[in-house]
Amino acid sequence: MTGIETYTSYIPLYAVLVSLFVVPLIILSSRNPNLREFWTVLAAVIKFLLVLSLVPSVFFQNKYAVIDILEISPGLSLSLKVDQFGLFFAIVASGLWILTSVYSIGYMRGLNEHKQTRYFASFAVCLSATMGVAFSANLLTFLIFYETLTIATYPLVIHKETQEAISAGRKYLAFTLSAGAVLLGAISWLYIRTGNINFTPGGIYSNLANFNGVDKIIFILFLCGVGVKSAIIPLHSWLPTAMIAPTPVSALLHAVAVVKSGVFGVVRVIGFVFGPYFMIQTGMNNVVIVVASLTIILASLLAFAQNNLKRLLAYSTIGHLSYIVLGAGLLTPSSFTGGILHLLNHATLKITLFFCAGAIYVVHHKENISDIDGIGKAMPLTMTAFTIGALGLIGIPPLNGFISKWVLGYGAVEGGKIIALAVLLLSGLLNAGYFVPIIYRAFFKSSNEFGKYKEASLLMLVPLILTALVSVLIGAFPKLMFGLYDVAMSISNLVLRGVWR
Amino acid sequence: MIEFIVGHYAYWFTLVILLLGLYGMLKKKNLIKKLIAMNILQASVIMFYVTSASKWNATVPIIDSSHPATNPDLVANPLPHTLMLTAIVVSVATTGVAFAILILIYRRFKTLDEPELLERME
Amino acid sequence: MISNNIPVLIPITFLVTAFFIVLFGQFRRAVAFPLAILGTTFALFVSLSGLVKVTTSGTIHYHLGGWVPPIGIEYVLDPLSAFIASVVCGVGLLVLIYSYSSVKFELPAKIVPFYGIAMLLLAGLTGIVVTGDLFNLYVFIEISALSSYAIVAVGEKKAPVAAFRYLLVGTIGATFYLLGLGFIYLLTGSLNMADVAKILTVTPVNPALVTGAVLMIVGLGLKMALFPMHGWLPDAYTYAPSAGSAILAPIGNKVFAYALIRILLFVFNKDFIRMELPVLDVLLWLSSAGILYGSIMAMAQNELKRMLAYSSVAQIGYIGLGIGMGNMLGFIGAILHIINHATMKATLFLVAGNLRYKIGHSSIDQLDGTIRKKMPLTSAAFAISALSMIGIPPTAGFFSKWYLALAGIERSQWIFVVVILLSSLLNAVYFFKVLERMYLQSANYKEGTYSKTIHKDEVPASMLIPTIIFAVMVVLLGLINAYIVKYIMTMAPSGL
Repeated sequence: MTGIETYTSYIPLYAVLVSLFVVPLIILSSRNPNLREFWTVLAAVIKFLLVLSLVPSVFFQNKYAVIDILEISPGLSLSLKVDQFGLFFAIVASGLWILTSVYSIGYMRGLNEHKQTRYFASFAVCLSATMGVAFSANLLTFLIFYETLTIATYPLVIHKETQEAISAGRKYLAFTLSAGAVLLGAISWLYIRTGNINFTPGGIYSNLANFNGVDKIIFILFLCGVGVKSAIIPLHSWLPTAMIAPTPVSALLHAVAVVKSGVFGVVRVIGFVFGPYFMIQTGMNNVVIVVASLTIILASLLAFAQNNLKRLLAYSTIGHLSYIVLGAGLLTPSSFTGGILHLLNHATLKITLFFCAGAIYVVHHKENISDIDGIGKAMPLTMTAFTIGALGLIGIPPLNGFISKWVLGYGAVEGGKIIALAVLLLSGLLNAGYFVPIIYRAFFKSSNEFGKYKEASLLMLVPLILTALVSVLIGAFPKLMFGLYDVAMSISNLVLRGVWR
Repeated sequence: MIEFIVGHYAYWFTLVILLLGLYGMLKKKNLIKKLIAMNILQASVIMFYVTSASKWNATVPIIDSSHPATNPDLVANPLPHTLMLTAIVVSVATTGVAFAILILIYRRFKTLDEPELLERME
Repeated sequence: MISNNIPVLIPITFLVTAFFIVLFGQFRRAVAFPLAILGTTFALFVSLSGLVKVTTSGTIHYHLGGWVPPIGIEYVLDPLSAFIASVVCGVGLLVLIYSYSSVKFELPAKIVPFYGIAMLLLAGLTGIVVTGDLFNLYVFIEISALSSYAIVAVGEKKAPVAAFRYLLVGTIGATFYLLGLGFIYLLTGSLNMADVAKILTVTPVNPALVTGAVLMIVGLGLKMALFPMHGWLPDAYTYAPSAGSAILAPIGNKVFAYALIRILLFVFNKDFIRMELPVLDVLLWLSSAGILYGSIMAMAQNELKRMLAYSSVAQIGYIGLGIGMGNMLGFIGAILHIINHATMKATLFLVAGNLRYKIGHSSIDQLDGTIRKKMPLTSAAFAISALSMIGIPPTAGFFSKWYLALAGIERSQWIFVVVILLSSLLNAVYFFKVLERMYLQSANYKEGTYSKTIHKDEVPASMLIPTIIFAVMVVLLGLINAYIVKYIMTMAPSGL
């Protein structure tokens, strides 16, 4: 690839560290909630600005910011390297963190939740870990931040401290720690086999002459390792259970940080470790396509059966995450682009939906779909945002969800895998099937319960309106936001160069 | 074969003593008998070393003006003897510590019989 | 400071200090603790300067009494022994500082003997590390053994019985070692490690060699608590006084692992241990069994110290696994785990001691959120160490597993890699059991005194600071492990 330079910069390190630095401040300000929340939002804003500052060089000049932090094993360093893909993910995560922090404040205060200090402190650590995952230059750095993310999210999952929450936490840990162990095995195996665990566009394997069955096993191990956090079936069952966490946690972590780290890992593994040449030669791409397709369909079907709104959203997330996996697995320029775009689009749409669910819970204490007939009257703004989010996920233009779906579908045709196109279309119908009734019931059914206007507090309302607006904006003007489409396209070109004719 | 066994009878003897010691430590129920068996075990190893130091037609390794030490083959190997002096001291010390512990056990539980002891400990 | 004397100064310091503690302790009991700290600090200083000297100028040899080896007894400070000696002295110092309040609380009448014996124990342990003579090794093994029996025996109610069993098993171990040594001596005519190594390269393999080797290894395995010869460990570590188990657990059995490494890798011929007598393979299997057994038993325990004791059996298995892999990565993993586990276990046992000091027991069933409110720093130290034992990066425990996994994959020993990874999950089960109780259970209020807040009531600073230092070291050792590993690579024996 022509013209990729690297330059040393401390900004990625600062971006990772800024929220870690804030953690002691948060803990020390536990008696003064306003100060404590101030630290959180401040760190979020600084982080986002730091991440944005990398945009000119990485997106527009093809210069990657790198920094080797320290040698963590002889010959391997804890290194950060900001390439287009990492920066893309970092922007999504850090941008949405600002909104989630504001929303969290509203949510926590609205419910007068306990243990808020622990909540905000853990949140901050999670975001550091997510930045670390996004900016990792090699697999060992990735693993270190990935595992830190697991541990940092645990206090958030068990926040309620009820028996249900604690056993949800145990299930979460059982799944994610096992995945971590499998990843450790896979990474060390790869290291012994190839001596190289740096993320390389086009894959480490593209330099190898031949590969055999052993490498297939290593790939499967990798897929299982990152697959748990990506919630591919059959490794998905921790996600619906983890919905016991407070809604902002579900919103950011289980729609943005944790699960997106998982699919980020999947795309990194497919595109930057194994590479398209390996995938197609060994037929592993078909494995990924099959698994992703199954996940999409099964998750969408399971969503039908849910009455609890958050669990429905959880299954919807499982399905949509596999859109990204499917895009990566199809290995065509459009499908890869579509998958990467969907990382952003699904994030904004899903977070809107979760924000709405949380608002409903805080204001009216309702969790189940059967209880929210006619709530559109009481919470028109919230439910409008919900509608936008739902329509986006179904794939209706001019929302952003339509764009990623379209590009993905085009990619399926490009690759000659019509079955994937069928899966996407079917899933769109299924999405409609479980979302539309909710919207219908909310707006068109009347009930005695929700008579007068009673919206959520501004702290919650503004973020959810903003995320819905962003979804609309990206959908209407995709080239507006830093040429997002171009960025995604360039990432897929980097990965697929030479393979796609 | 017979030559092998008879020729090394001293070592077989020490092996038997060693096994006796081990057997005693495992099988006997009284703690003091276990301790005695332990001493037997240590004694067997001491005997092993001392036996290995002996040579045919050799005399004690003491330099005396009337017996100039010219031929090492006529003098028993003194090194294992000295090593075993240390080992004997170690054995004595261990026995001392063991007795101290046994006294402590007896004072606390009033028995030195293992099954009863296990019962009383609960 | 005559640097040539450094190897012998380390154990001698402890011996002299022990003597003075017991002598002056007769007149003033208060003098025991300061003397112990003084002695250990001096020994630590000597070990560290030895470490520096060895990395710059090479191995130091000291000939006891001026007799030249192989006739005389030799003390050798090479990179490996300097490293382990420093670890032993460092951990010993921190634990002794910790022990001041703990011993005053648990064994008030026995302060002077405790410190005297602790000094003897450290003398024995460091002696094992620096000696270059096989029989001298036996002597120091016994010195450390007798001291540890005594330390265990002064514990709580069932301690003397545990100590007696420990005594019996330990003596069998030492005796076997001695017997094996006898065979080796008879074959080679020398007791000096370097000399024997040279002679063994030209000795043809015969039954005597095999017997000697097996006896020595079994003997050391018994002292090291290698499965299935670990039976003495749970009781001994549980019933020993808190300070006692704090000294024994982190360093008490590692040093025997070091002795095993010395003998297997530096003394015996490398072909011998791989082919004629597949010791390394046996070690691999036994260690794996120990890892699984220790982890599973730990899950079933209700008492914290007992759980940690079984966990130690499992962790010794890691070291055995590293030795058994027989390659450079395995060696790195084993040595790294010696220092990593010493730090982690020290933290954990110190926490257990803190619990006993403050609430009188360390039973897991009775733990609840009171602990984290009363003793937040102690709980945090426990949490950090627990995460390290589970293997969460970037703490030290992760890197032990990293190198061991790499070692296993390099040798295509898939089963053992699976064992290593599986054990992390097993560790998670029993550590999270405790963590859940500490952090997630609500604090109990004593009946009658309903108070909304439980005040912070940590252990005294002399106990708290070592706990925190160890916890911080756990993370630090993880971050700087690359530098430690590079150093370890310099001390590896040839043929790996």
